[in-house]
Order: sequence, then C-alpha cells, then structure tokens
Amino acid sequence: MTSPRPTTNVADADPEARSELEPSSESTPRLVPPPAPASVPDSERGALESKRGVSVRLEQLRAFYGAAEQVKGLDLEFRPNEVTAIIGPSGCGKSTMVRCINRMHEEIPGARAEGRVMLDDLDVYDSSVDVVAVRRAIGMVFQKPNPFPTMSVFDNVASGLRLTSQRGGDLRGKVEAALRSAGLWGEVSDRLDEPGAGLSGGQQQRLCIARSLAVDPEVILMDEPCSALDPIATLKIEELIAELKRRVTIVIVTHNMQQAARVADRTAFMLDGKLVEVGPTQEIFTNPNDSRTEEYVTGKFG
Amino acid sequence: MSAPSGSSDLLGRFAVSPARRRRDSLARGSILAATLIALVPLVLIIYYLLLKGLGSWSSSFFTTDPTGNTFFKSSSIGGIKSAILGTVEIVALASVIAVPIGIGVAVWLVEYGRDSWFAHTVRFFVDVLTGVPSIVFGLFIYIVLIVGTGSTYAGYKGAFALTLLMLPVVIRSAEVVLLLVPGALRESALALGAPRWRVIFSIVLPTALPGMVTGVLLAIARAAGETAPLLFTAGATLKTSFGLGSFMNSLPVQIYSDVTSPTASVEHRAWGAALTLVVMILILNLIARVVARRSRLA
Repeated sequence: MTSPRPTTNVADADPEARSELEPSSESTPRLVPPPAPASVPDSERGALESKRGVSVRLEQLRAFYGAAEQVKGLDLEFRPNEVTAIIGPSGCGKSTMVRCINRMHEEIPGARAEGRVMLDDLDVYDSSVDVVAVRRAIGMVFQKPNPFPTMSVFDNVASGLRLTSQRGGDLRGKVEAALRSAGLWGEVSDRLDEPGAGLSGGQQQRLCIARSLAVDPEVILMDEPCSALDPIATLKIEELIAELKRRVTIVIVTHNMQQAARVADRTAFMLDGKLVEVGPTQEIFTNPNDSRTEEYVTGKFG
Repeated sequence: MSAPSGSSDLLGRFAVSPARRRRDSLARGSILAATLIALVPLVLIIYYLLLKGLGSWSSSFFTTDPTGNTFFKSSSIGGIKSAILGTVEIVALASVIAVPIGIGVAVWLVEYGRDSWFAHTVRFFVDVLTGVPSIVFGLFIYIVLIVGTGSTYAGYKGAFALTLLMLPVVIRSAEVVLLLVPGALRESALALGAPRWRVIFSIVLPTALPGMVTGVLLAIARAAGETAPLLFTAGATLKTSFGLGSFMNSLPVQIYSDVTSPTASVEHRAWGAALTLVVMILILNLIARVVARRSRLA
C-alpha cells in the first residue's frame, strides 16, 4: 500500500485574484480561442460517444429567498451540445438561476422558484414531475470539490448509481467509463480503493465530474467548478468540458472571464437578477450590444 | 533580527514593562493553580478506589452472588456477580431503546425539522430533560409503572428509567455530530438524484457514525453509574437474574446498600464494586476515544 498522497492545498489560491481583468489592456484582443484538447491522452478517449444533448429553456424564471427576489424574470435558452457560460458580478443571481434548473434551489429553507424550466418539451416544475428524476437528468458540479469522505474513489463514482438504485449491469464497467470520460482513469486506475478525499484538489473535482457522469445525465451544471483549483487543474477541467459537450449540454457559472472566453460557445451576462444579454462568446467579449456588458467585460466594474 | 545601531530609545519603547511581566506570571500562575486544585479530588478518588477496592477483588468476588450473610467473616458474604450482570442487562435494554429513538429524533431535528417551531419546541424539552435530576426519572417510572399498575420492582422498569435519562444525551450528542456533516455532501448527493432517505442512510449517517458512537458510549457510561433511578424501579436483590421482569441487582444499588452496612467486610465489598464500576466506565470511555480519534468529524 502506498501512503495516501497529501492533498495539494489549492483552496488557498485566491480565485478572485485570477478573475480580475486589467482594465488597461483595451487594445489587446481579449478573446483567446479555446485550445484544442491536446493533453487528453488517446487512451482516455473513445469513452465519449457523441450524443445529442437536450436544450434547456428558462421562461420567466423568478427565484426567491423568503421575500427577497434574487432572479427577476429570466428568459434564456441553453442549446444542446453547447457550453454556455454565465458571467456577472457577485450576487447577480447566477448560482441561484443555475440551481433552479435542477430544482436544487428549493432545498434551501424558505426558497422557491416561479416560471418554467423546459427540458426540451418537459417543464421540470410541472406538478407531475419527480424532482429526483430531474436531478438524475441534470447533473451538477459544485464550487468546492466534495467527494464523499467515507468512500473510496471507486465507491464515489459508483455512489451515483447506487444512490439512485441503478445497481444492475456492469458496475465496474460503468465506473471505469465515467472515470475515463472525466479524464481521471489513467491517474487513479491503480488506487480505486483509496479514499476519494486523498486525491489532489483538481483530481477530486474530476472525480466529482465522473460521479455525475456515471448517472448519464443530459445536462451538466457547473457552478464555478474551477474557483478552488490551481491553473493547471483548471486547464484540465476546461479541456474536459470541451470533450463533454459532445454528449451533454453544459452550463457553467464563472467569475473568470478568460475562462468563459476559453470554454464557452455562448455567453450570457447577468446583472441584478436579470439577463442583460446573451450571444456567441466572441461577440459578448468583443462587440457587445449593451454598454453594461462592455463595461463588465472590460473590467470597469464587478 | 539585529537591532539597528543607536536604537536604545527604540528598545525602550518595545521592551516588556516589569508591571506587565508581573501580571502575566500572576495570571499564568493562577490558572495553573486552578488546574492543580481540580486534579486533587480526581487523583484522590482513584487513589482510594485502588487502595480500598483492589483488596477485595478476587476471582470469587466476580463469580459469586452476594449471600446477604453480613454478620460473619468476609469469605461468606459473597461477591457482586448479580450486580455486574444486572447492570449490564439493564443498561443494555436501556440502550437498545434509547439509541435508535434518540438518533431518530436527532435525524428528524437536523434533516427535517430544522427551524420549524416544532423542532425548536422539541429541542427546548430535550434541553430541559438533560437537566432533570436522575431521581425524578426514577420517581416517574415508580409512579407510572409500579404504583400505577400496582406491581413490584422489575429490571425492565429500571431500564425504562435509564432510557429516559439517556435519551436527551443521545439526542443532543447525535444532533451536534449530524450538524457537523457538511451541507455540501447532502447537496451533491441530492444533485445526483438520490432521494432524501437514501442521502441520510448512505451519506449522512455513515459520515457521522464515529461521532455518534462516541456520544452513545458516553450516554451509556452515564446511565451505568446511576443509582437513584434504579433504587425504586429495579429494586435490590441478591440473586443473579436473567428475567427482566423480576427484581434485578445493579452495581450502583449494590454499592449503596453495602456502604450503609455496619459490617466492615461488607463495606469493603462496596469499594470493590465501586472500583469495578469505574473500570467498566473507563473502558467505555476509552472505546469512545479510540472511535473518536478515527473520526474525521468529532
């Protein structure tokens, strides 16, 4: 047995520091084209079959915490097999809006949502819809990597299947496929029995992605998935996102505008609970329609 | 760090004043003294227990029942077998009832009740129960199950009294540990599409388990040492009994009746029984510590 590797302490890195943009670089082109996913080894590929994702459409979505309205009537579509980034200053309702999509918002005491969230033709807020089924179809990756501390690497990935009573079939095969899809198989295949919490921060986050992939969702929501990670781990997650969109629809909330520019096909800018504008990422960053968007992406506020 | 040259003024400004030095040593000295004073009775108790109790320990001490024969020489008074077994039986029954119910209440408070008025009411009454003197639980069972039914003492009635005593301790300790389980774990399990009961059974309880074991063992240790709730519920008897419906001896009650005896050898047996009880509780505490050390949360 090898001793568990010390966890790289990446949580100390200040995510805000990296998300700042220098307002002086007006003339330099801001948009960096998304890098080709070069460092995913060939052995890791192939697990990702292309598949048509589903579209997610928000119709007049409003979200409340008690009496306070945090999302104030939002219409927005996330297209199938695309990555849509949500940007906006802290407290503008990005995370709340994303948590409404898989109905996690209502888990907070006193919180509720109004309006419709259409998964293709299905309103996930319809009274006949089982919230548990919604969450199986819409996976979620959180800000801080949160593998289950009592479980091994293997059990963490298998937990998605076990917790949702999908025990049947080839559990080992499904776990391996999910780990390959998350680009983690090569790093952990020889220590599947070690605690998931013993991996490095970036590996833990990819473990969490593998965990949500194992249930085979149609959509993956990512709420600032890299803000607790160092730049190298961040790059790996971004490459993974580019791979994953071949079979799922991805919504990613980010404070880091370069990250939005690198990974997203389309970008939505939110302010004070409302959508300011949405469009192809390049347009939002280089030629936005709204002056507030321009001010935000050029670092004049936020 | 080397002081820059010509810095005598600077040194004066940064030097610790003699008055502060005195205050510092006075404060340190008094808290050290408080610690030592608190240690004195603890050390003395253990010292006397070993001094007086070890002498009465022998193999027959643990393997024979008390004879009730208290006016003859020490060899004929018997041991404390019925008291040890009675304590184990009563406490085991009390735990079997109190632990599942207590953990159930704690799970409800943390996972479902949360901030509702009913949850706050439950917490308030649990706190009140924690402070109720143990003899009141004994009295309650006495009134309800003995006077109320017109029957006699029984082991299970003693166990019920201890159950009431243990419940608030189990509930409070389990609640504290369950609250320590990070909300992010519940969220990520829910977001995977797990039903809430599965999240509780597969994620929350396993994560909290070591801490809950510690709380349960401490509650058991506390119940095992109680005399008052057993005196007029389980009664006192000589013979070993395995029927929880009959009179049942227990270590604290045995100690109580032995200490009040005028015979020196019987009084000596009380010391031996007291030492036995303390050793049993010490073992439980050690188990609790070992479990807690392996826990990530406690």
